[in-house]
Amino acid sequence: MSIDTITMETIDLDAAYQASNIQQVLETLDRELVGLGPVKTRIREIASLLLVARLREQAELTTGRPSLHMSFTGRPGTGKTTVAVRMAAILHHLGYVRKGHLVVATRDDLVGQYVGHTAPKTKEVLKRAMGGVLFIDEAYYLYRPENERDYGQEAIEMLLQVMENQRDDLVVILAGYKERMDTFFQSNQGFRSRIAHHIEFPDYTLDELNAIAELMVAQQMYHFDDESRHAFAEYLALRMHQPYFANARSVRNALDRIKLRQASRLVAQGGVIAADELARIDAADVRQSRVFQGGIDK
Amino acid sequence: MRITQGTFSYLPDFDDDQIRAQVQYCLDNDWPVSIEYTDDPHPRNVYWDMWGMPMFDIKDAAGIMLELNKCREVFPNHYVRINGYDRRYGRQTTALSFIVNRPKHEPGFRVDRMEFSDRQLKYSLHAYSTDRPTGERYEDS
Repeated sequence: MSIDTITMETIDLDAAYQASNIQQVLETLDRELVGLGPVKTRIREIASLLLVARLREQAELTTGRPSLHMSFTGRPGTGKTTVAVRMAAILHHLGYVRKGHLVVATRDDLVGQYVGHTAPKTKEVLKRAMGGVLFIDEAYYLYRPENERDYGQEAIEMLLQVMENQRDDLVVILAGYKERMDTFFQSNQGFRSRIAHHIEFPDYTLDELNAIAELMVAQQMYHFDDESRHAFAEYLALRMHQPYFANARSVRNALDRIKLRQASRLVAQGGVIAADELARIDAADVRQSRVFQGGIDK
Repeated sequence: MRITQGTFSYLPDFDDDQIRAQVQYCLDNDWPVSIEYTDDPHPRNVYWDMWGMPMFDIKDAAGIMLELNKCREVFPNHYVRINGYDRRYGRQTTALSFIVNRPKHEPGFRVDRMEFSDRQLKYSLHAYSTDRPTGERYEDS
């Protein structure tokens, strides 16, 4: 195609954007996920890149298929899996994966326990994930340098082979803690070079955690009153600086325990109560937590 | 003699894209797909060997094509077929079955006549290839 014909043709970006439906996916991402500013920006960028690549293909401009394998790094509970599900939907809307499902795998699903056990296991998972996204949580456990007879290496080699040869069929997302992923990539250069997008998930701020708590409470049809909302904010402020804090996951666990205390309080109290009491979380339910006595909610 | 059997027996052999499309049709209908192979071409031979287990939980045809290509690599001169099972009936019901690989040279069948009492005749089909032991039947084809 000559330069002239390229400049002559026009391409309606808006129409293409509308047709791909990614607007909706990005909007739900914004609405349902609190915070994660840098992650959302990166996802928007990737979505635009893919859309443009699609259009270039249609305009018959040479374009290699963009590499889509990603790595998500961040501390526990920062929303890596949730974002991976959305990512699968975005890739599906843009036509980069045919089915758009997410298969979550860990070391146990990929690596076998004896000679000859690993290949069929890994292959099974890869086959299930084809046409969608394979999400490997805590990917660094695949590689155990301290044991030279570890079968993880075999799984890694199969993964690399598929990531390279069947890029049309499968997108792989590796996830885990930042530092350990870095070491993992250093000792597995093959992975590093095949992964184009490294996305880092920041920890949530206190305000964001509070917003997440509100969202979770509302989703489960409970509500805080003013006092308990205040108590929970205090709880989070204390809990955040304790060990084993896992961001949104800790919030969810704390809420589960609060629901437990609320239920036992109601049952112990007995008598006739207003229906609204079943949904209301009392400050006492929150303040019973060991965190306020300097202990840790595990 | 070109053996035909199964769902698309009246059509020429499928190429890989056509096979992929049929497999995807199976998966979209929630029919688990399995791959089988044999070197006994007799039409009444229902006991084909299984290439691995029937494949459940697969969403996209690429996973099946991966196994099919492996199977063809190992058995380039066997008959290979793809089956789709419709499990809604609670029993194994083949919804679709077609040949996806065949030996390059298929020698065909002869008719054997057996005479018995009162000059009666019984007929049977004999595949030339089965004169040799299994595994060696289509080696030089």
